[in-house]
Amino acid sequence: MADFEIVIAGFGGQGLLFAGKVLAYAGLVEGRQLSWLPSYGPEMRGGTANCNVILSDNPVGSPIVEHPNVLMVMNNPSLDKYENAVQPGGTVFVDSTLIGRKLMRTDVEAVYIPATQMAIDMGVPTLANMILLGAIIEKTGCIDFGSVEAALHKVIPARKANLFDVNMQALNAGREFKA
Amino acid sequence: MQEKVLMKGNEAIAEAAILAGCRHYLGYPITPQTEVAAYMAKKMPKIGGTFIQAESEIAAINMVYGVAATGKRAMTSSSSPGIALKCEGISYLAGSDLPALIVNVQRGGPGLGGIQPSQSDYFLATRGPGHGDFHVLVFAPASVQEMADLTVRAFDLAEKYRMPAMLLADGTMGQMMEPVVLPEPCGESAHDKSWAVTGTGCKRRHNIVNSLYLSPAELERLNVERFERYKKIEQDECMWEEFMMDDAEICIVSCGITARVARNAIVEARKQGIKVGMLRPITLWPFPKQALYQAAQKVRRFLCVELNMGQMKEDVELAIRCQKPVDLCFRVGGMIPSPEEVLSYIKKANEGGNL
Repeated sequence: MADFEIVIAGFGGQGLLFAGKVLAYAGLVEGRQLSWLPSYGPEMRGGTANCNVILSDNPVGSPIVEHPNVLMVMNNPSLDKYENAVQPGGTVFVDSTLIGRKLMRTDVEAVYIPATQMAIDMGVPTLANMILLGAIIEKTGCIDFGSVEAALHKVIPARKANLFDVNMQALNAGREFKA
Repeated sequence: MQEKVLMKGNEAIAEAAILAGCRHYLGYPITPQTEVAAYMAKKMPKIGGTFIQAESEIAAINMVYGVAATGKRAMTSSSSPGIALKCEGISYLAGSDLPALIVNVQRGGPGLGGIQPSQSDYFLATRGPGHGDFHVLVFAPASVQEMADLTVRAFDLAEKYRMPAMLLADGTMGQMMEPVVLPEPCGESAHDKSWAVTGTGCKRRHNIVNSLYLSPAELERLNVERFERYKKIEQDECMWEEFMMDDAEICIVSCGITARVARNAIVEARKQGIKVGMLRPITLWPFPKQALYQAAQKVRRFLCVELNMGQMKEDVELAIRCQKPVDLCFRVGGMIPSPEEVLSYIKKANEGGNL
């Protein structure tokens, strides 16, 4: 399987690092080589945040993703920052509730999902991240969906186990989304 | 064998230390190593250990001295500015021949600097972090797995040679998650602890842990003896890894996160027919001088890739006795070179011109 070099970016508080963690744990479940690297710094809710995830069948060299082939963006500044870094032929997943503009590039594929609006409509306003993640998994096949389910069990702490079902619902909504 | 788990580098250090029998963590928070302290704060009370958030870094390292004097495994962790504060205590540990683990998850300096990754404490770590003639063992992990494995090794060698050890990581290694197989729990250390201050039970003369020697002759003798030990360590304990060195004409020397970036660049350069490899020092003190000297007999040039202004480059030039040119690719202040950047240096080195 090809390497997946994934950047997930947006505002702090949108669950970007969590979405990356779900992918990373799913990679662990599959016995893949992987790395997960968060941005860290004086970040807070509302500031920018991102994480880099690499899923590979070979040992991961640098954990820093310079040129993603999968980009998930949840705010305008992140699209501005990363659009030109995406590998030609890569796929960009845009939360179109929060990002008004379309991509300028034509050599990458864009998937526009009103994830934040969908999440609000579903009554789970904080799970737009999982809707986008579901779409990424469906579209790119970067990871097997069964592994994601197993990963969620690892990532969601036992005391919050009741959140498992809503996360699954959000992931499924993303998988089934048709533009 | 333990199962593979996903952990941050900082957490892997903490868990590995616990598995290595460390029950005393004394620290003070600072980005980007705070997860070490947070992990210990959560775990130590549950396993009968001690977690103390000291009033300062200086207090923490002196508490480490106290624990170490009793022969128990003690550790502290910090990031660059905090490590600078600990240097006095590290010198006292060395002067008292006490084992301890000091973790430094480096950030940009000097001064308060920044909080993004750096390797600019290379000199501080390898020249003996503190006053007086001494060394500490210095380990430079380049993966979360090595964060765990080298923590265990650092404790072991620190006790074997009765000296402090430093795990010299950087912000990226501390923050990233990778799959890791944690070490098996170790039992009691096999090393001699007859020097430890544990109470005589009125059955033996009391032990004294001390670094004050007012007799110059005695102090000279202790210094010389210590350096005899260091000589043996330089012979026996060097660790390094070679990557694509068999037919290499250019040898990259890099450790930690930059070695990971360089690895990508090497793979790409090889596709373009450039014979480049890497010698990655895993111990920075003792520095793998012999291995580098031998590499110098085969390669045309060296290229150091570092997150500092060329601190390790000096050690490479000394190790190879300046027999071959040594180029430098560096970023500082929290910046990290991209593989493309390293590749451009490899190409220039391959053309043989001066950079």
